[in-house]
Amino acid sequence: MNRRPLLRLAPALPLLGLPPLLVACGGEGGSAAGAPQTTPEPKELVALVASSLTDAFAELAEAFPRQPGNPAVTFSFSFGASSQLRTQLEQGAPADLFASADTAQMDAATKAGLIEGTPRVLARNRLVLIVPRENRAGVSGLADLAKPGLKLVTTAREVPVGSYTRETLQKMAADPAFGAGFDRRVLDNVVSEEANVRQVVTKVQLGEADAGIAYASDVTPRIASDVKVFDIPEKFNVVAEYPIAITKRAKAPASARRFVEYVLSPAGQTILKRNGFIPLS
Amino acid sequence: MALAAGAVVLLLCLPLVAIVWRTLQAGALLPALGSATVLAALRLSLITSAVSLALALLLGTPLAYVLARVPFRGRGLMEALVEIPIVLPPAVAGIALLMAFGRRGLLGPVLDAAGVSVAFTPAAVVLAQSFVAIPFYVRSARAGFAGVNRELERTAYTLGSSPLATFWRVTVPLAFPALLAGAVLCWARALGEFGATIMFAGSFRGRTQTMPLAIYAAMETDLGAALALGTLLVVVSALVLGIVHLAARRREAAAVGTEEWDPLPSDPAAIPAPVASAGRIVGR
Repeated sequence: MNRRPLLRLAPALPLLGLPPLLVACGGEGGSAAGAPQTTPEPKELVALVASSLTDAFAELAEAFPRQPGNPAVTFSFSFGASSQLRTQLEQGAPADLFASADTAQMDAATKAGLIEGTPRVLARNRLVLIVPRENRAGVSGLADLAKPGLKLVTTAREVPVGSYTRETLQKMAADPAFGAGFDRRVLDNVVSEEANVRQVVTKVQLGEADAGIAYASDVTPRIASDVKVFDIPEKFNVVAEYPIAITKRAKAPASARRFVEYVLSPAGQTILKRNGFIPLS
Repeated sequence: MALAAGAVVLLLCLPLVAIVWRTLQAGALLPALGSATVLAALRLSLITSAVSLALALLLGTPLAYVLARVPFRGRGLMEALVEIPIVLPPAVAGIALLMAFGRRGLLGPVLDAAGVSVAFTPAAVVLAQSFVAIPFYVRSARAGFAGVNRELERTAYTLGSSPLATFWRVTVPLAFPALLAGAVLCWARALGEFGATIMFAGSFRGRTQTMPLAIYAAMETDLGAALALGTLLVVVSALVLGIVHLAARRREAAAVGTEEWDPLPSDPAAIPAPVASAGRIVGR
């Protein structure tokens, strides 16, 4: 009995399973956000949230179910750069909510048909300059950002804080106090483009970088003792707007809507203010 | 058994085929090859992984030899220690490197005093890659050296070969398959290193942005570039592995002749009785 020739073909057999598998995966029947809910919504809200909102949303997620009248939901968060989260949404990541650190990423998500309804701005923020507490590079003000040899960390342009930083630097370059080309000289000092704003803060906190530009809200009590903060004057600073929206693929849209309302309510705004954000009113 | 094998082949091949297919479909390969970012990442990846491999061969070979041949107290512990980076999550490796070589790390003041700053430089990339990849080489090389028939080495010695010559002309060739496998694994691990690199070395085009980091960054802006980078990595890896395996296969064929499928027959009685073959060296 000569089984050998057949055995040689055997490793290819699983490929026969491929077409049926593809058909099964292709026919996805997800419940659209607008369809009538005959089955109860899942008890979990999945949210893609900008990394600067990490602490604030952890608090909001804890407080929301405890408030009378709110659904008893648990939260599953994915914190990261808004540009990265938007990409994940585009690639099919399941989520009920998307909270971005700038309107550009939210607009991109809307244009890609991923957002249900209109996004609402949940809070605002501004930029600050942070340096390690030892301040070995001797940074005494914003002008020192252009000092040759200074190790500055920021993010890529698409990450909201990276975009805001470049905007602020351009405003400074237009001012005679800093001079034309100031933004070029500062950006020449960039030694690393981190994945998100929290990584920028970590590099400064560890003393690896000489300076970094992050949000005012990122100077949390936990890291405040490791860094020194320099204010960026209003005329150069940006007003970062954080839109939040429900996704088209949301599995729990009603709960998601309740959560957005909570975030925008006085109780939610108090929590955001406590975490260093500028509340809406 | 064949079904299980086929399933694994499918699992491994499908993603590779998928990325090459999508890249070609999107026509992303040619524009990427002209992109400065892609070329910088490719160059940096190839150079840093080559340096890491060189460090592995230079420093790892003596270590593997000592671990294999020299019995000393705590050798078992040392072996386990050397293998820890293999199981350590790369992110942990990144934090550990920062705590050791970072500005505020254990060696921070020393490096500072010497005027050496490692972070955000290609040196940091090589450090991160070496930390995670050298143990792969050492582990394989140690097993290779341990498996060499000492009798053959002693024979060479009695025939007038110096210890060093014996090492080069007897030990290394005999341990070569293990050394080669370890080197390939080491290089591959170094090339693909992401977590420790991004945490310890940062990400900057041309300086620290290796191909995996470039893919990560490109995913948010230009999926086409990310796909192209991924495909390039697949192609480069396949090429190197192909060359290495071809070379190894040639050596093996020269030594033992070509291989034939030789399964156990269903009837034990069909197995021929063992024949005493002449000229076999019996190891002790």
